[in-house]
Amino acid sequence: MGAADMVRLEDLHVSRTLSGRKHVLSILVENRPGVLARVSGLFSRRGFNIDTLAVGPTEDPAISRITLTLDGAVHPIDQVTKQLHKLINVLKIRDMEPDDSVAREMALFKVSAAVENRAEIVQFAEIFRAKIVDVSRRALIVEVTGSHDKIEAFESMLRPHGLLEMVRTGEVALARGGD
Amino acid sequence: MRAADALMESLKHEGVDHIFGIPGGANLPTYDALVDADLRHVQVMHEQAGGHAAEGYAHASGKVGVAFGTSGPGATNLVTAIADAMMDSVPTVFITGQVRTELIGTDGFQEADIVGVTLPIVKHSLLCTEADHIPQYIHEAFHIASTGRPGPVLVDVPTDLSKEEIEYSPPTGPVELPGYRPNLEGNSKQIRIAAKAVANARRPIVYSGGGVVNANASEELREFVTCDNFPITSTLMGLGAFPADHPQWLGMLGMHGTRTANYGMDEADLIIAIGARFDDRITGKLSEFAPNAKFIHIDIDPAEISKNVPAHIPIVGDAKRVLPKLTREYRSLQTDTARLEGWWSRIKAWQDEYPLTYEPGTEGEIKPQFMVEMMHKVTGGDAIITSDVGQHQMWAAQYYGFNKPRRWINSGGLGTMGFGLPSAIGAKVACPDEEVVCLAGDGSLIMNIQELATAVNQDVPVKIFLQNNGYMGMVRQWQELFWDERYSGVENGPSPDWVKLAEAFGAKGLRCDDSADLEEMMEATIAHDGPALLDVRTSPRENCYPMIPAGNAARDMVG
Ligand SMILES: Cc1cc2nc3c(=O)[nH]c(=O)nc-3n(C[C@H](O)[C@H](O)[C@H](O)COP(=O)(O)OP(=O)(O)OC[C@H]3O[C@@H](n4cnc5c(N)ncnc54)[C@H](O)[C@@H]3O)c2cc1C
Ligand SMILES: Cc1ncc(C[n+]2csc(CCOP(=O)(O)OP(=O)(O)O)c2C)c(N)n1
Ligand SMILES: [Mg+2]
Repeated sequence: MGAADMVRLEDLHVSRTLSGRKHVLSILVENRPGVLARVSGLFSRRGFNIDTLAVGPTEDPAISRITLTLDGAVHPIDQVTKQLHKLINVLKIRDMEPDDSVAREMALFKVSAAVENRAEIVQFAEIFRAKIVDVSRRALIVEVTGSHDKIEAFESMLRPHGLLEMVRTGEVALARGGD
Repeated sequence: MRAADALMESLKHEGVDHIFGIPGGANLPTYDALVDADLRHVQVMHEQAGGHAAEGYAHASGKVGVAFGTSGPGATNLVTAIADAMMDSVPTVFITGQVRTELIGTDGFQEADIVGVTLPIVKHSLLCTEADHIPQYIHEAFHIASTGRPGPVLVDVPTDLSKEEIEYSPPTGPVELPGYRPNLEGNSKQIRIAAKAVANARRPIVYSGGGVVNANASEELREFVTCDNFPITSTLMGLGAFPADHPQWLGMLGMHGTRTANYGMDEADLIIAIGARFDDRITGKLSEFAPNAKFIHIDIDPAEISKNVPAHIPIVGDAKRVLPKLTREYRSLQTDTARLEGWWSRIKAWQDEYPLTYEPGTEGEIKPQFMVEMMHKVTGGDAIITSDVGQHQMWAAQYYGFNKPRRWINSGGLGTMGFGLPSAIGAKVACPDEEVVCLAGDGSLIMNIQELATAVNQDVPVKIFLQNNGYMGMVRQWQELFWDERYSGVENGPSPDWVKLAEAFGAKGLRCDDSADLEEMMEATIAHDGPALLDVRTSPRENCYPMIPAGNAARDMVG
């Protein structure tokens, strides 16, 4: 039977669909009205949950970058990217490998800071390389940038002190290296 | 040139010669431009029907179907047709008028955010923001609608832009869209592996779908299937791509498919899916679907591959280009047809044991299956058949025996009742020399019966064979079988009088309630020089079998 023997049905397997980890997708889209609605609409329609989402301009004014994170334990990332590629305005999608990319998030925390615990908060801020960006009689606003985990850690430190409000940007990421 | 006139030029450049639609305030400039444009406008009675007519036109001809609607209600009336075209991958372009640019977002008169409304149900949409863009958008729309996996594209044109003067010159090159490059060829290495897998399969089955019809790849499919003795089944949407009178044909698969086709899938060791999307009407209970099989999946849309059923050998490409390569690769291998003999004897045993049959009726009773067989006889099996949605649709699929592609036009994915008549009008406009017959259901037909006026006014001589069982038959069947015969909302009642209704529209109306007269009445309907409706009184409580109850496995077929 010759060459045909090289593909035996019992040797055919399918690849796993769930990666089991968090993914950061960097999506380059045409900067056109409604593009974000198309992307977010696709996610809700297909039942994909976005954990964070950040949108902004790129070096090319005609192109915007959408960075989003989602859970690869719940969603088959391959199917998500293939669906995204079907959107005509989506130009490029990169699934950012943790080792080959730099991902950062920025957050602002407003903490109630009576005079007696201010020092402690300032100390935390120093450890986390955060900045106090606003000071008022009852509260401080602290700005912190870093990996998702660092921000989570910082938040858990601040919480016991009375977290009044917070805002996080969602992760943005770039691939390392020159390409 | 006025932008609205440039729109007409752009349409003509795309090869459009028919448009279905209704005017209104926001697309007055477009309709003004139509006066001098050398295009046939088919004025329909409802925008939804205009959309379905465009779909019927596209299904029958393979060309892009075009529908116009005005802003607001005109546009929202198109929504069902757009969703239908999306689900069945029908190449269509919908052009809607929009309120003046300055009114957008102000809840202006007849404003509806149709781009927003249709976002999840279009292949793509374009809102014109500058008059200069209109021609380019039209070219992009046709390119996107007709290439890759086809689908509906909406172009929304604010009325003020249509009136502006712009420079128009026909496009010179092909449309280039950086974010849209369908992969057509198929990976050669994968195709070689696929051929080898097929060569080693002892129980292979070809599962073909609507993608083969879209690809105009019937010949290529036949070449492949007959390059060895492969059994073939197809989805509802793929009927006709492979001739039903061929000995290798097993009949349709899925919920109302043949036992042979479904058991074949169940016991196959290799399934070769071509332009089919593993819909739940096919797979039933996913965990028990084709438990013994490995899958080769050929599809032009990468997102279809492994969406529902993981593919062992994925091939992204156009069936028309991939199939010849697969056939060539397979022929180059040393294969042994005799390996399929055991498989065929198993298949033949199913065919003998479970042919598609029905209980003969009582004296004079018109069984719905018999009605479809009679349609085949009267039309020589060669008409374009459109259908509504329900039992009659399934009986047509089972009993008509389609031997050629683009002869079977129906709403599969969305299952839109009322699709049959307007799509027949579209098909007849596209193929005036073909016999076009709409097999209608009594529940469905009334949903777009106003289009009988279109058929009369616009001189589109379609024939309607109404399978009148007095029920929302398919739903009644489910209530009977799965809801303890608690019938609810399924009796259609004595109204309307279909013959008088047809006559009121200026069409011919006929009635038949005796099986002995059916052939003659059908012939009279066909022979009538103009639109005609034959009201056929069929067995009221006939059930459509065989059937895989929803969510069950192929082995659990009943009936
Ligand atoms: C009442 C009712 C009962 C039904 N019962 C059944 C049933 O028993 N059996 C059944 O089969 N269906 C049934 N259906 C229809 C069912 O819902 C689906 O519409 C149908 O099964 C889908 O057909 P398909 O897989 O061929 O896909 P389609 O919807 O026709 O999709 C075509 C596929 O081909 C791909 N494609 C397009 N162009 C190309 C190309 N050039 N090359 C390669 N690939 C291409 C597309 O990407 C897509 O994946 C029923 C519907 C109704 C309303
Ligand atoms: C627009 C729309 N509404 C409701 C349904 C649900 N539905 C599916 S089949 C059916 C009954 C169809 O009745 P009829 O046209 O008489 O066909 P039959 O099944 O009797 O042949 C209904 C109500 C549908 N498919 N489409
Ligand atoms: Mg009925």
